[in-house]
Amino acid sequence: MFWALIHRHLWRHKLRTALTVLGMAVAILAFLLLQAVVEAWYRGVNSAADNRLVVRNAVSLTFSLPLSYLQTIRQIPGVNGFTYMSWFGGIYIDERNFFPRFAVGPGFFELHPEFVLSESERLSFHREKRACVIGKRLAEKYGWRIGDQIPIKGNIFPGDWSFVVRGIYRGAKPSTDESLMVMNFDYLNESLKKTMPVRADRVGSFVIRIAEPDQAAHISRLVDREFKNSQAETITETEKSFQLGFVAMTKALLVAIQVISVVVVLVILTVLANTMAMSARERTTEYVVLKTLGFGSGRIAILVMGESLLLALMGGALGTALAFPAGDAFVRAVGGLHDFIIPPALIGLGAAAAAGVGVMAALIPMIRVMSMSIASGLRRVG
Amino acid sequence: MSETGQPGAPDHLLVEITGLCKSYTRGEEVIPVLEDITLGVAEGEFLALMGPSGSGKTTLLNILAGLDRADRGALSVGGLDITELGEVDLAAWRARHVGFVFQFYNLIPVLTAYENVELPLILTPLSRAERRRHVDLALSLVGLTHRRDHTPSQLSGGQQQRVAIARALVTDPTLIAADEPTGDLDKVSAEEIMELLARLNAEFGKTIIMVTHDPRAAARARRVIHLDKGALLAN
Ligand SMILES: Nc1ncnc2c1ncn2[C@@H]1O[C@H](COP(=O)(O)OP(=O)(O)OP(=O)(O)O)[C@@H](O)[C@H]1O
Ligand SMILES: [Mg+2]
Repeated sequence: MFWALIHRHLWRHKLRTALTVLGMAVAILAFLLLQAVVEAWYRGVNSAADNRLVVRNAVSLTFSLPLSYLQTIRQIPGVNGFTYMSWFGGIYIDERNFFPRFAVGPGFFELHPEFVLSESERLSFHREKRACVIGKRLAEKYGWRIGDQIPIKGNIFPGDWSFVVRGIYRGAKPSTDESLMVMNFDYLNESLKKTMPVRADRVGSFVIRIAEPDQAAHISRLVDREFKNSQAETITETEKSFQLGFVAMTKALLVAIQVISVVVVLVILTVLANTMAMSARERTTEYVVLKTLGFGSGRIAILVMGESLLLALMGGALGTALAFPAGDAFVRAVGGLHDFIIPPALIGLGAAAAAGVGVMAALIPMIRVMSMSIASGLRRVG
Repeated sequence: MSETGQPGAPDHLLVEITGLCKSYTRGEEVIPVLEDITLGVAEGEFLALMGPSGSGKTTLLNILAGLDRADRGALSVGGLDITELGEVDLAAWRARHVGFVFQFYNLIPVLTAYENVELPLILTPLSRAERRRHVDLALSLVGLTHRRDHTPSQLSGGQQQRVAIARALVTDPTLIAADEPTGDLDKVSAEEIMELLARLNAEFGKTIIMVTHDPRAAARARRVIHLDKGALLAN
C-alpha cells in the first residue's frame, strides 16, 4: 500500500517527476565525469614504481639537464640501471589528438618492464633511427600497425618529423598507460646537433633504477650533492613523488574541478529538497488523514523519505548509465585524457551521492510532517 | 444533563466527560474554547452536537475522539482514560476504536475506493484475504461494491462520503465520530448519508457522535445537544 502511495503520486505528477529525475541524472552525470577526470590524473601516480628515481632540473620540470651527467650518475653506489628521456611534444595532425610522446635513451624498456614489448620489436626499435614504439591503446585508436609512418609536427623541436612503428607494447597491469609513443633520443639529438646545436646533448630527466627501494632517499641525496653548485642543479625523487609534482602543477585546477563536482550535487540537493517540500505540502491532507487513522509518524516519515529516495536513485541510475557513453563522447571531443575511464568505485560514489541527496532532501519536509498536529492539520483541510 | 430514553441506559456510558476545559493561546491572548464540559454518551447512542460556528463543536469532537488534547478535565472512553495515553498509544487506540467521517471526505486521491477502505486495516494483523472480506462487506453496506475500483475523483460527493463511511466502519470501531458529514452535500445526497448513519446506529448498534449545522440531519439523531460559546446548553 505504501508502495502504491509513493509510485502513484510520482506517476500522477509525470512532468514534475520526469524533470526532477532528469535534473538529478544530469547532476550525477556531471559529478561522475568531473570525478573521473581527477581520477585519470592521479592514476599515473598510483602506477609509479618505487624502485625508480627521477632526476630533473632543480629549477623546474621545463628545464633540461646535460646528457653528460650520466657519467656521474651511473657511478653512484646503489644505482643498477638508468635511462633518460625528453618530452617530445609535437602535434599529430590536430591539437586534439593528444598522447604523450617521449624521446627515450637506450635502456628505457629495460627500466620500464611494465611496458611489455617482444625482444625482436625492442631490437628493431633500437636499430632503426626513425623507429618508434606505441602503446596498444594508441594503435587501436588510430588503427596503426607495424611499419606505419606517423607524421608529427614539431613544436618544442621544430620541424616535420616522421616515425615508423617498429613495436607495439601492452601494459603489464591494467593501470599501465597504453597510450604512450616513444622514439629514439639519438635520432632527436643528431638532428639537433645539425639544426640547433645549443639544445643538443640535453635531456629532460634521467630515470635511475635502484637495488633497494628503501635507499631511495639516501641515493637521491647523493645524486643531488654531486651536482650542487653546478650549472644545473638537480632534484632527485621517487617516480611517485615526481608524478605527484607533475600533478601538483595542475593541483589548483584539480581542486577546482572537485569543488565544482560537489557544488553540482549541492545544487541538485536544493532542487530536490524544494520538490519534496512542495509535494509534502500538497499532501498535508493525506498525511493528516493517515495520522487520524492511527498511522504513526514513523510510517509517514517512510512515505516522504521513500518518495525522495526513489526520485534520487532513479535519477542517479539514469545519470550513471549515461556516464559511459557521455565519457566516450567527452574523450573524443577533448582528446587530451588518453586514460579516461569511469572506475567502478566512482559508480559507488555516484550512487552514494544520489542516496545522500535523497535522504537530505526529505529531512525537512519529513520533520515538518511528523511534528504536525492532527487537530490543526485537519483545520487547514476543512 | 439528562440522558433520557437511551437503549444503553445512563449507567452504561461509553464516553464520560467531566469538567473538560480547552483554550488556545494566540500570542498573549488566551482564547477559551471549551469551558467545564460535562457530558456522557451511552453505548449505542446517536448524538448530534449543534451550535453556532466557533462554539467549539469540532474541538470537543476531536478531543473525545483522541485527535486533540484537553487542558483539564476527565475523559474516558469505554472505561479507558485516554488522557493518560502517549502519542503512540493514542494513535493505536484511535485505529482500534474510532471511525472518522469528515465534511470533506478526506479520501486519499490516488487510491481507489477499495484501497481507501482498506487503509485502516493495514494497521491490523489481518491477512490480505481477511482484509478483503472486511472491505467487501463495508463497501456493500454503503452500496458501492460496483465502484470499488474508482478513485475519489471519479465519484460524486455523496459517493465519496459513503466510501469514507465504509472506511470508518471497516475496523468495526467502538465509536464513529462525524464532523459535519453532510456539510458539503446536496439535499438528496445528505439524505442518503443520514439514512446510512441512522441504519448503522439502529441495525448495528454503532455509537455515533455527529457535529452538524443541519437541523434535518440532527433530526435523524436520537439526541441533540447544543454548544454555545464553549458551554453546553441544557436541553
Ligand atoms: N489552533 C487554534 N488556535 C487558535 N484558536 C483556535 C484553534 N483551533 C480552534 N480555535 C478557535 O476555537 C474556537 C472553536 O473552534 P471549533 O472549530 O471547535 O468551532 P466549531 O464549533 O467547530 O465551528 P464551525 O461550526 O465553524 O466548524 C474558534 O473560535 C476557533 O477560532
Ligand atoms: Mg467545526
